[in-house]
Amino acid sequence: MSTSNPRKLKKMMIILSKATLENVYACFILANGARMEGIESEIFFTFFGLEAIQKERLKDLHVATVGNPSMHIPTLIGGLPGMESLATKMMKNKIEKLDIPPIDEFLEILTASGTKLWACKLAMDMFDLTKEKLIEDVDGVLTVGDFYDRAEGDGTHVIFI
Amino acid sequence: MNPMTTLEKNYAGQCVMCNEEGYLTQLDQWTQEIGAEIAAEEEIEMTEKHWEVISFLQEQCRKEVPLTIRRVGKSGVVSIKEFYQLFPNGPLKKASRIAGIPKPVSCI
Repeated sequence: MSTSNPRKLKKMMIILSKATLENVYACFILANGARMEGIESEIFFTFFGLEAIQKERLKDLHVATVGNPSMHIPTLIGGLPGMESLATKMMKNKIEKLDIPPIDEFLEILTASGTKLWACKLAMDMFDLTKEKLIEDVDGVLTVGDFYDRAEGDGTHVIFI
Repeated sequence: MNPMTTLEKNYAGQCVMCNEEGYLTQLDQWTQEIGAEIAAEEEIEMTEKHWEVISFLQEQCRKEVPLTIRRVGKSGVVSIKEFYQLFPNGPLKKASRIAGIPKPVSCI
């Protein structure tokens, strides 16, 4: 018996289009979890997802308290000054207790585990971003077509977050 | 404790208890020879570095510390990158199986 039984799932291609903390963590945990199972994983950062790989932004991601019914906070209260920081702080504390790394350390773990990190070319142009603004661990800037090329092959799944 | 059926398996001339996924259920039955045979099943050639990692995992298990990739990376024994190189295709699971400790339940 071996833990390396042939798997049908071989590669996870995750598209991250949002920068709210809960979405970024969901994406990173899925990508890292794939590597832990011996499954390849790649992340395509597009639109607001790009915030998670911008040197100056990635440490300042927040939980959304407005327009997020699952927070169970009335929209008006969720919009009060300080609410978003409070909710973010609470979530970060909880995350730390579960031994889940902060975003910057998580990106290092993903790179060390072999997850590929790609930035979306169109979104980079749209936000006037240059490669210098991104963390060094980013593997490159791709078009959607390039990303799909990489998604070829049996057992590849694409997820949009 | 263990909801799964335990099976008797023979490794290195010794009879040990395993669960259905091939993880030893009693760490005190483990010997390095048994670990080496499990490693061979996982197609891993063990070096001194591999054994160092295995000892660390067992030590953590005895202390009842839940294992995560992050904790292994911070152990000072191996970096996360090395850990993936030493035990390719699912390092924490494979190393745990070789170490004779339970399958890790962590998602990170």
